[in-house]
Amino acid sequence: MHKRVVITGAGVIGPIGKTASENWENAISGKSGIRRMTIVDPEDFTSQIAGEVKDFDPLDYLDRKVAKRTDRYTQFAMVAAREAFTESGIENNIDPERLGVIIGSGIGGITTLEREHKVALERGVNRINPFFCPMMISNIAAGRVGIDVGAKGLNFSTVTACASSGHAIAIAVDMIRLGRVDAILAGGSEAPLTLTGVGGFCQLKALSTRNDDPQTASRPFDRDRDGFVLSEGGAVIMLEELDHALKRGAKIIAEVAGSGMTCDAFHITAPAENGEGSARAMKLAMQDAGIKPEDVGYINAHGTSTLLNDINETIAIKTALGTENAMKTPVSSTKSVTGHMLGAAGAVEAIFTAFALRDGILPPTATLQNPDEGCDLDYVPGQARKADIMHALSNSLGFGGHNVTIALKKYIGK
Amino acid sequence: MSLESRVTEIIIDKLGVKPEQVTLEAQFDTDLGADSIDQYELIMGFEDAFGLRIDEDEATKLTTVGKVIEYLRAKDLDQ
Repeated sequence: MHKRVVITGAGVIGPIGKTASENWENAISGKSGIRRMTIVDPEDFTSQIAGEVKDFDPLDYLDRKVAKRTDRYTQFAMVAAREAFTESGIENNIDPERLGVIIGSGIGGITTLEREHKVALERGVNRINPFFCPMMISNIAAGRVGIDVGAKGLNFSTVTACASSGHAIAIAVDMIRLGRVDAILAGGSEAPLTLTGVGGFCQLKALSTRNDDPQTASRPFDRDRDGFVLSEGGAVIMLEELDHALKRGAKIIAEVAGSGMTCDAFHITAPAENGEGSARAMKLAMQDAGIKPEDVGYINAHGTSTLLNDINETIAIKTALGTENAMKTPVSSTKSVTGHMLGAAGAVEAIFTAFALRDGILPPTATLQNPDEGCDLDYVPGQARKADIMHALSNSLGFGGHNVTIALKKYIGK
Repeated sequence: MSLESRVTEIIIDKLGVKPEQVTLEAQFDTDLGADSIDQYELIMGFEDAFGLRIDEDEATKLTTVGKVIEYLRAKDLDQ
């Protein structure tokens, strides 16, 4: 029997709130965080809407020197990690060498990259900011968080596009099970709202162009869905070995009971036929958690609102659970209100799933009005729903064919 | 704005220190907590603000606030 791993703290900053609890309240009430883009001038983009972190001033959280030398994506990671760290109450209750950090990002510091590239072109390469490299690299959020909270254990980043923070959590759980450390701040962050960030996704034809109706633009599983909405933010959880958490009297949010990780080995952006890879990830996660398909009480879907994802993920859920179980299992996509936070998505959705288990409330697919043909599961449309559930899954799928499913369990004592 | 005020402003901006810390005698490394990259960025800040280039040999000698002001004053700056 391996060690058990629980969540003892959570932090989120994103389009629907600046704390985990604010995010959760808005996810339940279905309050959208999508608006017309303001961080970059959206005029030339086909998709002019986004989930921005509103009124974000890094100086509200970080001292001036740190704020100036961190990319926006790192700042989000630091804000979310601090919340998870503080909420967990682990400070002074753990050997710093036994506390790790695994924080993923799909892209890294693209704001910094763009700015300094412009400097290089316009003023010459010897005017590039000396801090450019350590600001831009996609592992620096993990490094900065390590410094910030004094975590001296294992520390690295996972980079698997939209599955990055799903992998961060999966790997963190395995690290704790192996006894490498006692606790890990795990999650992800992303700040992709730049000229090339938005422009690139527009060119992929991946984004919703429902510019006249931002709040319902992200409509997973709906017949009128037309792509995802790009968002930004950070989400981090404190994962802790159960006995370590119990010994210090920590408040436990939920248990992470297992994970499943696979690759489509099929196409760089399109899901494998019938979501084959995603189905295997769900099966592996259930196996790792020691549960059966009928035990699964809720699935937080990847549910991006793209044509291909939502239909293939639906088929994948049927394959993994069996059609009969799948039809009885509530599935929702909180991207309906958050948009797609890319490298932060897996962690924010794992947090929502953990809160759903803790509170007995399933967050809705808030914007779903007319389910598409073939999208025939119970997507918890419109309204949140009370449901006392014991087991839940959270899916994350990333460009490159990366699939990861996290299995979470309600914590009811040892 | 005087040369001293402009230099002080740049130091505060780049190093995130308090105005009262920026005395003429203040050493960038020991008193103002600037590591080597901080100091390089600071030199670039002076170069941009005063429209000049400071070569590396000269830059390594500018270890205190006072030395920077002295150095800049000796230049025929186009302010």
